[in-house]
Amino acid sequence: MTTRGAGFWIGAAVAIGLAGVAAGVIKNEYFFFAAYPILMYVVLSTAWNILGGYAGYVNFGTAAFFGLGAYTSVALIQSTGAPLAVQIFGAAAMSGLLGFGTGLLTLRLRGIFFSIATVAVIFIMETLFINWRYVGGATGLQLLRPAPIWPFESYIKMLFVVMAVIVVAAVAVARYIENSWIGRGLHAVRDSEEAAECSGVPTLKLKVFACTISGALMGAAGAPMPMYLSFIEPASTFNLNYSIGALASAIIGGTAHWLGPVMGALLLTSLQQYATVNISNEMNVLVVGVLLVVFVVAAPDGILGLLRKLKRAK
Amino acid sequence: MSDALLQVNGVSKHFGGFAALSEVSIEVRQGERFGLIGPNGSGKTTLINCVSGSLHNEAGSITFAGEEISRLPAYQRTRRGIARSFQIPRPFSSMSVLENLVVPLEFVVHRRSLHQTNTSEEAMAILKTIGLADKADTPSNRLSQVELRKMELARAMAARPRLLISDEAMAGLSSNEVAEVLGILFKLNETGITIIMIEHIMQAVMRFSQRVVCLDAGRIICEGTPEAIVKNGDVQKAYLGA
Repeated sequence: MTTRGAGFWIGAAVAIGLAGVAAGVIKNEYFFFAAYPILMYVVLSTAWNILGGYAGYVNFGTAAFFGLGAYTSVALIQSTGAPLAVQIFGAAAMSGLLGFGTGLLTLRLRGIFFSIATVAVIFIMETLFINWRYVGGATGLQLLRPAPIWPFESYIKMLFVVMAVIVVAAVAVARYIENSWIGRGLHAVRDSEEAAECSGVPTLKLKVFACTISGALMGAAGAPMPMYLSFIEPASTFNLNYSIGALASAIIGGTAHWLGPVMGALLLTSLQQYATVNISNEMNVLVVGVLLVVFVVAAPDGILGLLRKLKRAK
Repeated sequence: MSDALLQVNGVSKHFGGFAALSEVSIEVRQGERFGLIGPNGSGKTTLINCVSGSLHNEAGSITFAGEEISRLPAYQRTRRGIARSFQIPRPFSSMSVLENLVVPLEFVVHRRSLHQTNTSEEAMAILKTIGLADKADTPSNRLSQVELRKMELARAMAARPRLLISDEAMAGLSSNEVAEVLGILFKLNETGITIIMIEHIMQAVMRFSQRVVCLDAGRIICEGTPEAIVKNGDVQKAYLGA
């Protein structure tokens, strides 16, 4: 392992450790309730970036993959009372499958046509779950949180640490893809799909792979959601805001490097949560819009691009 | 003919009601320098797109090294030995020149070996033969036109092709630069690579090609040695409209 690789894993361990320590030290449970979405968006944005950033295919369907993950959890809870770990893996598998299918059907489309097709996936999913009474249908379903597993004293704190682990897993996957031949192939697709094909890159296979992995990670991020809210309902679960948030975070952070979506999501979602708590629930949507416009105009390569510029200027 | 590397038989391609190619047949021999000429819109690039897999032909067959390839996706054809450059250069603009070459090295040459440690060295060696070694770390979006053309040829070379298709690699270059690119193509041909050259610069095609085919409105109007082509009445008519 190189020193850079070792550095990454030490950083990852420290991040999980910090989340664990916070869960032990901070008594106010609301802190974790507010911080959980920030971590969740780091996963969503990192996952989005694998297809959207590396391969340049703008996916508006994040909410579909996220929502399917959440509903997979509910179906598992309802049918077998499966534990959280099983819910997460089940959700990742289902959303990965959805990614695979969606990819096969839509990744022959390019540019805006692909993006529109992914929006359609959200509506298909939402309609499906509105009509499935077993998991609550249109009215939704109230869920009772089980007792937290030792050493956690509350379920929310546990979910917070679990999400921190998912963050590390998602970032590790994205980082691996980025630095491997797969990442180079995806970048070639983004730069020129035709030239990539003629350089031996199996573009469709790579795109479907990226869409599958991206979908699976989004599903994993959605899995704990029903228990986080103790409630699930289709309209808010398949909300376009998830898609916008994931996409905006990656663009604001910078899509060229795995660190971009992480920084973007930390900044954007923290601001959003702050606005939600201190101002109003509607304000957080405005935050996304304003930040996105500012970054697209002033720093098209995101925070990463800005940092790189500053470094070069020195 | 037994030594044919590429056989195009009765290939047709339509775009809506427009017949870009109608029943075109060509045969390119192993090791040959083959010229493809024709006025704008005559179907040269469409034909090349059908051979390289960027487009799929509707009728006819394309055989490469004895294998029918017209249903294969482009990347499979590249892996079988067909490489090309593009009329309008298509660099992987987020990558350096060297990384541009690493893509085909990883996806064509070394795709079965897990430990690809030498791809950079190999890419560097190709850049040296093509005269771009000093630009290896330059981002490819900062190259000049001639450097871009050279990089496209280098990237095509990195796929270790048996057949190289050069689609107007000299368009827009100065006469010195044309000579330079022509020199590179001659050198590549000497190593045994079959080359199809599409070009508008007649001087270059005529000097380079052993055999030339002229397309007009999607049909072959003439085939022969460069000398014969220049004298052919149909070719003169197609170009000059006289």
